Amino acid sequence: MSPRNVWTIARKDFRTYFMSPIAYIIIAGFMLIMGWMFFYTLSHFEMQNMQYQQFNMGKSPSITDGIIRPVYGNMNVIFLFLVPFITMRLFSEEKKQHTIELLMTSPITLSEIILGKFLSSLLLVVIMLGITLVYPITLFATGNPELGPIVTSYIGTLLLASCYLSLGIFFSSLTENQIVAGSLTFASALFFWLVNWASQAAGPVWSEVLNYLSLISHYNNFGQGLLNSSDVIYYLSFIGIGLFLTHRVLDSFRWR
Amino acid sequence: MIQVSHLTKFYGPRAAVNDLSFAVKKGEIVGFLGPNGAGKSTTMKILTGFMPASAGSAKIAGYDVFENAIEVKRNIGFLPENPPVYPEMQVGDYLVFAAQLHQVAKEKIRTAVDHALTKTSLGDVRKRLIGNLSKGYRQRVGLAQALVHNPAVLILDEPTVGLDPKQIIEIRELIKGLGGEHTVILSSHILPEVTATCERIIVINQGRIVAEDTIDQLTARIKKGLIYSLVVKNPAQEGVSAIRKIPGIQTVTQVGPKLVIEIQPGSSEVRDQIVEAAVKREMGVLEFSAEKVSLEEIFLQLTTIETPIENAGVAV
Repeated sequence: MSPRNVWTIARKDFRTYFMSPIAYIIIAGFMLIMGWMFFYTLSHFEMQNMQYQQFNMGKSPSITDGIIRPVYGNMNVIFLFLVPFITMRLFSEEKKQHTIELLMTSPITLSEIILGKFLSSLLLVVIMLGITLVYPITLFATGNPELGPIVTSYIGTLLLASCYLSLGIFFSSLTENQIVAGSLTFASALFFWLVNWASQAAGPVWSEVLNYLSLISHYNNFGQGLLNSSDVIYYLSFIGIGLFLTHRVLDSFRWR
Repeated sequence: MIQVSHLTKFYGPRAAVNDLSFAVKKGEIVGFLGPNGAGKSTTMKILTGFMPASAGSAKIAGYDVFENAIEVKRNIGFLPENPPVYPEMQVGDYLVFAAQLHQVAKEKIRTAVDHALTKTSLGDVRKRLIGNLSKGYRQRVGLAQALVHNPAVLILDEPTVGLDPKQIIEIRELIKGLGGEHTVILSSHILPEVTATCERIIVINQGRIVAEDTIDQLTARIKKGLIYSLVVKNPAQEGVSAIRKIPGIQTVTQVGPKLVIEIQPGSSEVRDQIVEAAVKREMGVLEFSAEKVSLEEIFLQLTTIETPIENAGVAV
């Protein structure tokens, strides 16, 4: 595994995002929706605060509970919608254009190719997250939020988005059709998101299993400022399995 | 440089490549000739490590293509059937990417790309998007990609498809110029292509080698059971029947002053006797020639007949 080879692939794919309108559209859409959401949450929080003071309702909700958790929670939902657009082309387009033959006949390993592609999409997500730093900066400038939950929210969101990326890369390796890859990514990401809904109806054992499988149930701790190793391990395993399955798919593609 | 032995590849129950064995020496240019679907592309994909074989082995520069895939890939430049180019990239950037993929040292990338651009006369389109280029240009970009890391072995799958006649000549000259320094395997289903560029051809059909030789010898071998034409002043019946009686002659067809004489395959030299008979009967010989058998005809014979040509170094 040579970092140089991984970087060669990552840089090429990252540049490709910006050669077409796709990256600009995704980033612009993301900023627009998040900006609106942040504004809405902020004004709602202010109003709530005023009401608490006016009617002497006791301690008003903290910035963490009133702003950080809803904003970053919603950000995860936005990523659920956007990631399929980020990953859908990664392998399907290489297959369609036959450029996969260039990659596969170059002296680099399949793992390097997959990691490079994952890294390129991760970089785009990191840029998107970087832009949202403007929200905590605003909060620090005007108020006194807790740093911990903000940091863990970013870690959690990055990990959760990486899970979607890994899922998206896997589906992209299965087909030549970008739309099919994107749709499958969205559907399966949604499934892993909602899988714990069934846990209420399931028996005790299954309820636990479904809860464990759910992508969102592992995010809750991050939102509260807790960094739980089991959550991190879950997300990392999810990413690892997605990339491993991609490796298997592409390797078997050679044998067919 | 390239050693292939008993290579076999199955797609499901169908063998695309069946017990293929051949060797290519360093600096040689070898043409893979065969109709569409003969197994040329499959063989090339196996040699480049793109797909594994079902059985048999292949070695390039001493490395096994299955066991030392990375080393093999370092030593080859591959132009697949469809040039593997990114339409959204500029020609120059694409070649830089290809050089990086092949681990060309950072400080050498610029010269390597310039060199490849010059060789394929792509200097003018360096800054153009590949997607906006014509098919011929894309093909050349694909070729430049195969050359950019200066590999010892070049594997070119139908390198001149889609080019205009002038470009075809240029590319052929380029490929010819690559021999000696590079070992080249190219495939084609077009014969003049192979005759123009290759020193040796391997004719393959339905996954098997049906002939393997230099172009001259291949032509000579087929000529054995051949056709001569004799043009005379006086095509008298007497003379014609005398020629017909010569042992080894299959048929004599008269077309005006021209006698088309077909010889039985494998029979001994009869040209002397034909001329002698004609002179004796005072037919007035104007012209005597062997009908030129074009490579097209050889190719058709080789790929349509069931039995391979005798002593052809054939694996059946």
